[in-house]
Amino acid sequence: MASTEEIRSGLAEIVNEITGVPADDVQMEKSFTDDLDIDSLSMIEVVVAAEEKFGVKIPEDEVQNLATVSDAVSYIEKAGS
Amino acid sequence: MGILDGKRILVTGVLTEASFAFHAAKLAQNEGATVVLTGFGRMSLVERVANRLPKPAPVLELDVQNDEHLDTLAGRVREEVDGLDGVVHSIAFAPQSALGGAFLDTSFEDVSTAVHVSAYSLKSLTMATLPLMPDGGSVVGMDFDAQVAWSGYDWMGVAKAGLESTARYLAKYLGERRIRVNLVSAGPVKTMAARSIPGFDEFESAWDTRAPLGWDLNDPEPAARGVVALLSDWFPKTTGEIVHVDGGFHAIGA
Repeated sequence: MASTEEIRSGLAEIVNEITGVPADDVQMEKSFTDDLDIDSLSMIEVVVAAEEKFGVKIPEDEVQNLATVSDAVSYIEKAGS
Repeated sequence: MGILDGKRILVTGVLTEASFAFHAAKLAQNEGATVVLTGFGRMSLVERVANRLPKPAPVLELDVQNDEHLDTLAGRVREEVDGLDGVVHSIAFAPQSALGGAFLDTSFEDVSTAVHVSAYSLKSLTMATLPLMPDGGSVVGMDFDAQVAWSGYDWMGVAKAGLESTARYLAKYLGERRIRVNLVSAGPVKTMAARSIPGFDEFESAWDTRAPLGWDLNDPEPAARGVVALLSDWFPKTTGEIVHVDGGFHAIGA
């Protein structure tokens, strides 16, 4: 299983590919909606791509609870363990 | 043997894996159909989700408010399959001002958008694909019971009433071409579309208490099964019909 930092940087690459937000901006404390300006459908696409990259399952119902980058990273860590 | 063996089906409205359309496409493939999808707006998301079908399906772009998209649709579908036996209409949209309780203040412009995308598009899509169905076909749309008023559903409810009527008129005018046009009136399911309806959660308790068969807001499959059944040859003389796949909710007063 990838380390926390590996998950964060992998997620940052996905966010960059889908939304154009610079990968360096995708830091743990950032909020997807308030800081990174990612709308709900882009967020769903980020999650779909993350599921494939990290081999985990993230139910759509869960997506609204992933407010910050840190929330998403810990969810992926837990789901993958 | 599947009930859609050899059939070619165009499925609109896939957005995520929770979409009714995703489940209709999946079940159609499992029943033997070749499926082509159309997507709107977030094409890269639709393409990712399309890759999760049992067999990855091609995705064509279709904005039902774009005449060029509609005019070129038949040609683009023909690059994937040599004709169609069925079309799934799973398309609806209303601006925020048309939902959520501001019914008395919604502008006609916003109402018009809701009706254009959610009701008139059944006619546009059917006519755009008609050249692909020279031997007849089955068109199935997704409905939410428009005979009563719902909290927060507002002008989308009006658009659904328009969809119901549009389906009946299409059935009338296209019967001689052996085109069947039917709707599945589904119970509420937490799709992306439903999440944008303010107060959607109120439906949950209503269905819990009234649907004799029970209802799961997280399960789009029952409605998708209804769609596949209507696409099949097992409703050969059914058109202009609304099949309720709602746990029986519509039949119960209190």
